[in-house]
Amino acid sequence: MQLSRDDLVGAYRRMAIIRKFEERLHDEIKTGEIAGFTHLYCGQEAAAVGVCDHLDTEDLIVSTHRGHGHCIAKGCDVKGMMKEIYGRRDGLCKGRGGSMHIADLSVGMLGANGIVGAGAPQAVGAAIAAKLDGKGKVAIAFSGDGACNQGTTFEAMNLAVVVKAPAIFVFENNHYSEHTGVDYAVGTNKDIASRAEAFGMKAWRANGCDYFDTYETMRELLDYVRAGNGPAAIELDTERFYGHFEGDPQRYRGKGELDRLWEERDCLKAFRAKVSEAKLLDLKLLDEVDAEVAQLIEEAVSEARAAPAPDPAHVAEDVYVDY
Amino acid sequence: MAVMNIREAINKTLMDEMERDSNIIVLGEDVVGGAGTAGGQEAIGGIWGTTPGLYAKFGADRVIDTPISESAIIGAAAGAALAGKRPVAELMFADFVGVSLDQLWNQMAKFRYMFGGKTKCPAVVRLIYGAGMNAAAQHSQSVYAMLTSMPGLKVVLPATPADAKGLLTEALRGDDPVMFFEHKALYGVKGEVPDGEYRQRFGEARMVREGGDVTVVTCGRMVGFGEKAADKLAADGIGVDLIDLRTTSPLDEEAILDSVEATGRLVVVDESPPRCSLAADISAIVASKAFTSLKAPPAMITGPHSPIPFARELERAWVPSPQKIEDAVRQVLAFR
Repeated sequence: MQLSRDDLVGAYRRMAIIRKFEERLHDEIKTGEIAGFTHLYCGQEAAAVGVCDHLDTEDLIVSTHRGHGHCIAKGCDVKGMMKEIYGRRDGLCKGRGGSMHIADLSVGMLGANGIVGAGAPQAVGAAIAAKLDGKGKVAIAFSGDGACNQGTTFEAMNLAVVVKAPAIFVFENNHYSEHTGVDYAVGTNKDIASRAEAFGMKAWRANGCDYFDTYETMRELLDYVRAGNGPAAIELDTERFYGHFEGDPQRYRGKGELDRLWEERDCLKAFRAKVSEAKLLDLKLLDEVDAEVAQLIEEAVSEARAAPAPDPAHVAEDVYVDY
Repeated sequence: MAVMNIREAINKTLMDEMERDSNIIVLGEDVVGGAGTAGGQEAIGGIWGTTPGLYAKFGADRVIDTPISESAIIGAAAGAALAGKRPVAELMFADFVGVSLDQLWNQMAKFRYMFGGKTKCPAVVRLIYGAGMNAAAQHSQSVYAMLTSMPGLKVVLPATPADAKGLLTEALRGDDPVMFFEHKALYGVKGEVPDGEYRQRFGEARMVREGGDVTVVTCGRMVGFGEKAADKLAADGIGVDLIDLRTTSPLDEEAILDSVEATGRLVVVDESPPRCSLAADISAIVASKAFTSLKAPPAMITGPHSPIPFARELERAWVPSPQKIEDAVRQVLAFR
């Protein structure tokens, strides 16, 4: 199935929103106005968007500490997210969660997670629920190369195979587990997909810096899972353009590494080159999208900055539904 | 009213509630048993005998045998609950909280708060706990105090068959994560259980008996020990207010304080080590909120600050006993 013009523009817009959102945070965090720890998704945009472009609101995802991209790709309100990251009362989670704990069940986003590897078993549970509902829906666990070493991830993969749940393990390999290289930390010849295969599920591999490769590979994977074949996995080879967290001095980077990544592995640049070469879209149109996105992010930041802080009187609300 | 034991009350409640609500699913190790064996399915129905018959009635999609994989069991329960189901996950031994703690503590307990009150996580975790079977240090613990300290979780400990039904039904009708503690030495305890719909509200302690001289606060298996002690004390004319908390989160502070304000004397019995325990917690609450009513320092009857031992003589020495409770009551009464 060929992507329509609207599909292409939409995909570019979502990737551009993630990029601008994160780049703006990178700048704003330096002002000291944003509290806490923030982990930027820049460089991985094609992964989140290439996966989530296949999903509707009843397909569920669980995310990671590096979750802004997944949230935006799944349809979370960008301004609500910005307010949340600024710790505002009207943030998506009332300022209680912050960058690492954004969720919006109304769009099928079950939550970012501050604990590496914690999401995978939850995705299996959501997939068990989806299987019971019998509507062909799936649940996706986004995990990084760091989470692929957690026991919870192994347990989740095994359980998913045992109960044949429509769970999908998306491993975004950005080559760094925090400040440690994947070459060191992943024992299986750096090959994460082979771990999923070892648990008895089918696994795919794709270039996570290429929207088209990610999107097309996910189409094949989703056809397989939605047909009732049980879980599946995909390893996306991608890149992290910023540090583990904002403020990370990134002393682990090689000389010229970041320049080379921006030059050779920028998924937005690759997208523009591809649609332009194939004469699918006029680049001027994408420039217009960039301008719209810049405006959206500008508004999101100015609205978040002006938004009211939470009332300390509400500090202990919403712990329980009923207590 | 039917007479049944706690094991039967739990099984029947699960059966009735699953019949009523198709969103309820059960998962855990050997809750069915026999999968992948020559003998075939429904080999055991849970090692505690609480889940037989569920698989035959509701099938493999709703009664799920899991691998030995506690993080995945609790994590899957958390995810299924977020996704709109009502999972009942069994931790075969409460001690296995150790291998699944993140999913309880950092995950299901915190979702609603972290996500701005826009989610609910109606998961029930059944934790089989307690000493009395010489199961030694890793299969005998009462970890309710630790979970009680975690905002977002409710902690429930039935001591009677009626409460097993009422509290489990309440857990399955509510929208918060509930830690449902079942004492392994209480499964055979028989009692009358109300027929039909029966719910017991959380945070409502049971006044087991009113005696007026000393307040004894406890829960779970220690309630029965408290009754034995109270019987002996009654023979000497000493009256005990015996309070079965039923739930430690929420906690019925009012029932405790009302009694202590009348008696002025408190004994807390807690089947756990003493530090940061339920006994310490309740003693602190009473000391800070009913200080002027107290006629004696609160007494805490707990195990020692040690793991739970194996040998019969050692385990008996570790666990609070009716005799220790009786002695403590006499001591707080003797305090001048």
